[in-house]
Amino acid sequence: MRYAYYPGCSSESSARDQHTSSIAVTRALGIDLVEIPGWSCCGATPAHQTDRLLAASLPAANLLWARDMGLDVAVNCAACYNRLKTANYEVQHQPEMRKKVAAALNRDYDGSVKVRHIVEVLLEDFGVKNLETRLRHSLNGLKIAAYYGCLLVRPHEVTQFDDPENPQSVDTLVTALGGESLDWPCKVSCCGNSLSLTTRSDMVVDFSDAIIGMAASAGAECIAVACPLCQVNLDLRQSDIQKKTGRNYQMPVLYITQLIGLCLGLSFAELGLNKLVVSPSAVIKVVNENSFKF
Amino acid sequence: MTIRIKKGRTGQSLRDTVVQMSGVDLSACYQCKKCSSGCTVSAHSQSPPSEIIRRLQLGAGDELLRNDLIFTCVSCETCYARCPMGIDLVPVMDALRALAVQRKAAIPKGNVPLFNSAFLKTVHIFGRTYDLGLMALYKIGTSSYSQDADKIPLLIGKKKIAFLPSFSPNLKTVKRIFEIARQNKGK
Ligand code: SF4
Ligand code: SF4
Repeated sequence: MRYAYYPGCSSESSARDQHTSSIAVTRALGIDLVEIPGWSCCGATPAHQTDRLLAASLPAANLLWARDMGLDVAVNCAACYNRLKTANYEVQHQPEMRKKVAAALNRDYDGSVKVRHIVEVLLEDFGVKNLETRLRHSLNGLKIAAYYGCLLVRPHEVTQFDDPENPQSVDTLVTALGGESLDWPCKVSCCGNSLSLTTRSDMVVDFSDAIIGMAASAGAECIAVACPLCQVNLDLRQSDIQKKTGRNYQMPVLYITQLIGLCLGLSFAELGLNKLVVSPSAVIKVVNENSFKF
Repeated sequence: MTIRIKKGRTGQSLRDTVVQMSGVDLSACYQCKKCSSGCTVSAHSQSPPSEIIRRLQLGAGDELLRNDLIFTCVSCETCYARCPMGIDLVPVMDALRALAVQRKAAIPKGNVPLFNSAFLKTVHIFGRTYDLGLMALYKIGTSSYSQDADKIPLLIGKKKIAFLPSFSPNLKTVKRIFEIARQNKGK
């Protein structure tokens, strides 16, 4: 299995751990991620909030480079995933946009390069049964709230990822790892996205508080995420939540690839566990308890 | 609730401009308000999304461009996912935001357009985003140096911020895209 890998800008900063854990997990499973040479930014939310042509052309450029490689694209960041898929959708459905994008890129693009999120790669392409045979440790019934946020599941016409209101992909992976995935109501709530980086981070503190609070009351001992924006907002904002409300959740927020890596027996360094703000030690302890299956 | 609107400027109405820019048919909205019940930010904003549509339907003028929902909207697509009429509010908000900047409406707290332009500036220069550059541009623009300052040492310690920019080797393509998009503005 080989993919053209689109790391996305956050792989070089805030979500380095999502990047390294995905690389480590796929390597351990024999999935080949070949970085798209010279990849550039997808434009993220600021591009589509500013200019439609810019928002379609920036991802389309990268999809063309992937097409040159003759491979499907694998992507980690939910925001990049959303923008790449939106670009595909727009050039496929809007002939006017396709023409404009072709003019901007000096090359026609038909929207045909398949884009897969790492969760889809692991769950559907590699297969959960396959994954189970490779595990060396178990999550030993750890209670986990799978949190999907917005960009993977919406708009459904565009991303075609799972069910938009009650997705199960990350839950299925958690169950395969031996964890207990919880039924809880905030799976697809929004964490506030990039408002966190503006002077309205006060709003993000409220949203994160509501989401983590709900996970905690559902009994969660850990939140599993697949999006860098969700991870940063839920993990980093816990100290602000405490300052504002007095609630001290100490809720570990891990990427699903970090949880898989732990169960594959990969090193903490490869998985970037030291990058987490809230310590994942409670999770690590459970994984290490009498869990050698061999 | 009573909605009072001011008469729009003469010429093309705000509604028609928004419909043209977004490609979204606003006449299909029958005010069921499902969008507003699910909206991430409506409790923190002046108006819920259904009200923005109602105002546009009733012929609101440029005063609508000062409504802070246009800037607090996080493009989460919850409204679209739940709208029985399939109305996608995100392109509508994008259009209103662009018009607010074009027509120099007052931008509320948070200055999202400044954040967006700072973000895109770093992409234009490096081909990829550059956190420190982005933060500098935005913080200088909003004079908000102290906000979240406590996070910086933590983020640097955890290497969650890159010190040096990363250049995309395909910078030429990126610059070309920005140039064509600029020429294409308003077309
Ligand atoms: S959900 Fe759709 S139809 Fe209902 S008020 Fe919102 S935009 Fe209008
Ligand atoms: S996209 Fe904007 S208007 Fe729609 S639900 Fe999200 S925040 Fe509200």
